[in-house]
Amino acid sequence: MLDGTGMPQSAVVIGGASDMARDVLRILAGRRLRSVVLAGRSEPALDVVGRELRALGVESVRCRTLDVTAVASLVPFVSEAVADLGEVDLVLVAAGQLGTATLEQLGPGTISSLVATNFSGPAALAMEFAKHMVRQGFGRIVLFSSVAGVRTRKSNFVYGAAKAGLDGFALGLSGALEGTGVGITVVRPGFVTTKMTAGMKPAIFPVDAETVAKAVVRSLETGREVVWVPPQLRYLFALLRLVPTPLWRRLPG
Amino acid sequence: MVAPRDEAEVERLVVKEPDSFGRFSPRGLGRAYGDAAQCAGGTVVDCRGLRSVLGLDRQRGTLRAGAGISFDNLLELLVPRGYFLPVTPGTRFVTLGGAIASDIHGKNHHVDGSLSAHLENLRLVAPAGTFDCGPVQHKEEFDATCGGMGLTGVVTEATLRLLPIESSWMVVDTERAADLDSCLSLLSEEASRYRYSVAWVDGLARGRRLGRSVLTRADHALAMDLPVDRRRQPLSYRAPRVVEVPFASPLSLLRPATVSAFNEMWYRKAPSKRETQLQPLATFFYPLDGVGSWNRLYGPRGFTQYQFVVPFGAERALEHALEKLSGGRVASFLAVLKSFGAAGAGHLSFPMEGWTLALDIPLGVPGLPELLDELDVLVADAGGRVYLSKDARLRPDLVPAMYPRLAEWQAVRARLDPAGVMSSDLARRLGLAGPVLPSTRA
Ligand SMILES: Cc1cc2nc3c(=O)[nH]c(=O)nc-3n(C[C@H](O)[C@H](O)[C@H](O)COP(=O)(O)OP(=O)(O)OC[C@H]3O[C@@H](n4cnc5c(N)ncnc54)[C@H](O)[C@@H]3O)c2cc1C
Repeated sequence: MLDGTGMPQSAVVIGGASDMARDVLRILAGRRLRSVVLAGRSEPALDVVGRELRALGVESVRCRTLDVTAVASLVPFVSEAVADLGEVDLVLVAAGQLGTATLEQLGPGTISSLVATNFSGPAALAMEFAKHMVRQGFGRIVLFSSVAGVRTRKSNFVYGAAKAGLDGFALGLSGALEGTGVGITVVRPGFVTTKMTAGMKPAIFPVDAETVAKAVVRSLETGREVVWVPPQLRYLFALLRLVPTPLWRRLPG
Repeated sequence: MVAPRDEAEVERLVVKEPDSFGRFSPRGLGRAYGDAAQCAGGTVVDCRGLRSVLGLDRQRGTLRAGAGISFDNLLELLVPRGYFLPVTPGTRFVTLGGAIASDIHGKNHHVDGSLSAHLENLRLVAPAGTFDCGPVQHKEEFDATCGGMGLTGVVTEATLRLLPIESSWMVVDTERAADLDSCLSLLSEEASRYRYSVAWVDGLARGRRLGRSVLTRADHALAMDLPVDRRRQPLSYRAPRVVEVPFASPLSLLRPATVSAFNEMWYRKAPSKRETQLQPLATFFYPLDGVGSWNRLYGPRGFTQYQFVVPFGAERALEHALEKLSGGRVASFLAVLKSFGAAGAGHLSFPMEGWTLALDIPLGVPGLPELLDELDVLVADAGGRVYLSKDARLRPDLVPAMYPRLAEWQAVRARLDPAGVMSSDLARRLGLAGPVLPSTRA
């Protein structure tokens, strides 16, 4: 059961070994978190996070391998997670893959895999968990979008387009859930220094995973629907959206 | 939501066909601050339909009434006839059933105890059957139900011993205390000289002024205390009208700076020497009822309350809590401090002998959840507890320490509700009633 400050006792985290998810879990473990299902592609990586959470006092941690692009495995995964936890207070979908934007490498397989990892897989999972949460009468689903989806650019446009899809999906789902007690949070981080961006040149206003995690936890407390990290990006992108296309394409980064 | 109109309907719902609507929780007027009367994914049993007055025995000074009746209605009935409620909370918009489920306390706890001390009898419709219980017959069921947060069954009616009064007026003494020490000594001095006593503490004052407060202590006015022109109708009582705060403030108006200035003004305005004044009942007992939806002042996320009690002797913990709160710059309008007398018989009843502090907590303030978690530990370590009726976020692991009779209560509850159909968000959040029952209804 979520408490009055939005803190969960149980959570399902997809992309559980990602830096941002891990930092969110660390904070929640110090608050009310008691049982977690961690899902992701690499079991050993999940185990590392699982061990840390147990050390931080989380009573029950289950790790499950899951590939969000494997459509047939999604519904069984959700049923298992629900059976593991009983009540699901929080779902956090942090799965994502930057992939490539090199034209030669972008065949149908690559594109659909990037879309599945960043958009359709997370969307389908959110949908399944949302149905369960509507039945239980409460819950919150946090989805990671990206500023890359706010206005796509050549350096990561497939990723950006997929995130744009997820962002729109999440806001639409949020509207559809109004009055059910179930809430959606869309997180729009800027450039985050994580495993995924290692070696890349940081863009304007870079943040680390911990800053993103703090903003996510804060949004649970306030119930905010859209979270920009850092918050200045909201205003920056309000302007960037208006920049004429020729100029936008020439901006560095 | 279902709204039974009489006991037969309650019995049908609770005893005969409990499976028809999954887990459920009774609700009165919904004045509990947290999630005690909520049941996500289940059903709320709205008890307000059970509101008949079943008998006013003027010889014995007792009242038998349906559990859904409001204190507001009871006051209109009782005061003109020379009776007052033996215990009343700071709002008259609660039901008798809700008051029993919280085993409420008033400003007179140090003299009169909590509501359960004034109950002759209550009727409990539990999944296991209907019980007439009281301090003698079915005492266990009675003790589990008073303060039982609606988790032992639906209370359909109760018989209450009333307090005879001569007038609808209060003789109120007001004075201020410059710091916590003087406040506590005023509250303990001849503690029983006043029937009602409470201190309003400036939650933002720090350092030497920590705990500075305005004390109001009162007794019911006798007819002879009234000015001559009022003596002809000493018991006249009209409930004040409720004025609505017209809009939800988009930002919280109660920011530390605004509140600080307000508190300063309010403290300065209070008399430094004791001053006596006559006040109508409602002005003294229900100052906040005059403004409907006053919580809108706290901005869009609203607020909850935090109320704890620590035993006498743990004054250091009280001081520490005030330090943390004032240091945290929590925009709390005012905190209310008073002393409690001996604990009652309810297994999960909140009051225990000691100091209790209640304060408004605006939700969504950064750092506040962590601060309250620290206070939970402080309170538990001091041997105290947090009031469940006002809670929305207590640390679940501390509940057994704060409520040492929890296991005893759970055993009685398991008998009254063997299938575990009675539940609430509060119960689930704190694990009060044991494991969670999956919802049976989509
Ligand atoms: C402004 C304000 C001031 C307050 N001051 C005080 C105070 O000074 N002292 C104090 O002790 N409390 C105080 N309270 C808290 C309040 O008295 C309790 O929360 C009380 O229980 C509210 O009654 P209700 O009818 O609104 O019940 P609800 O909020 O609807 O329900 C509260 C609990 O009672 C249960 N319940 C309700 N009806 C029944 C029934 N018929 N049978 C079984 N269970 C039932 C519910 O399941 C729930 O657990 C205050 C609250 C407010 C808003």
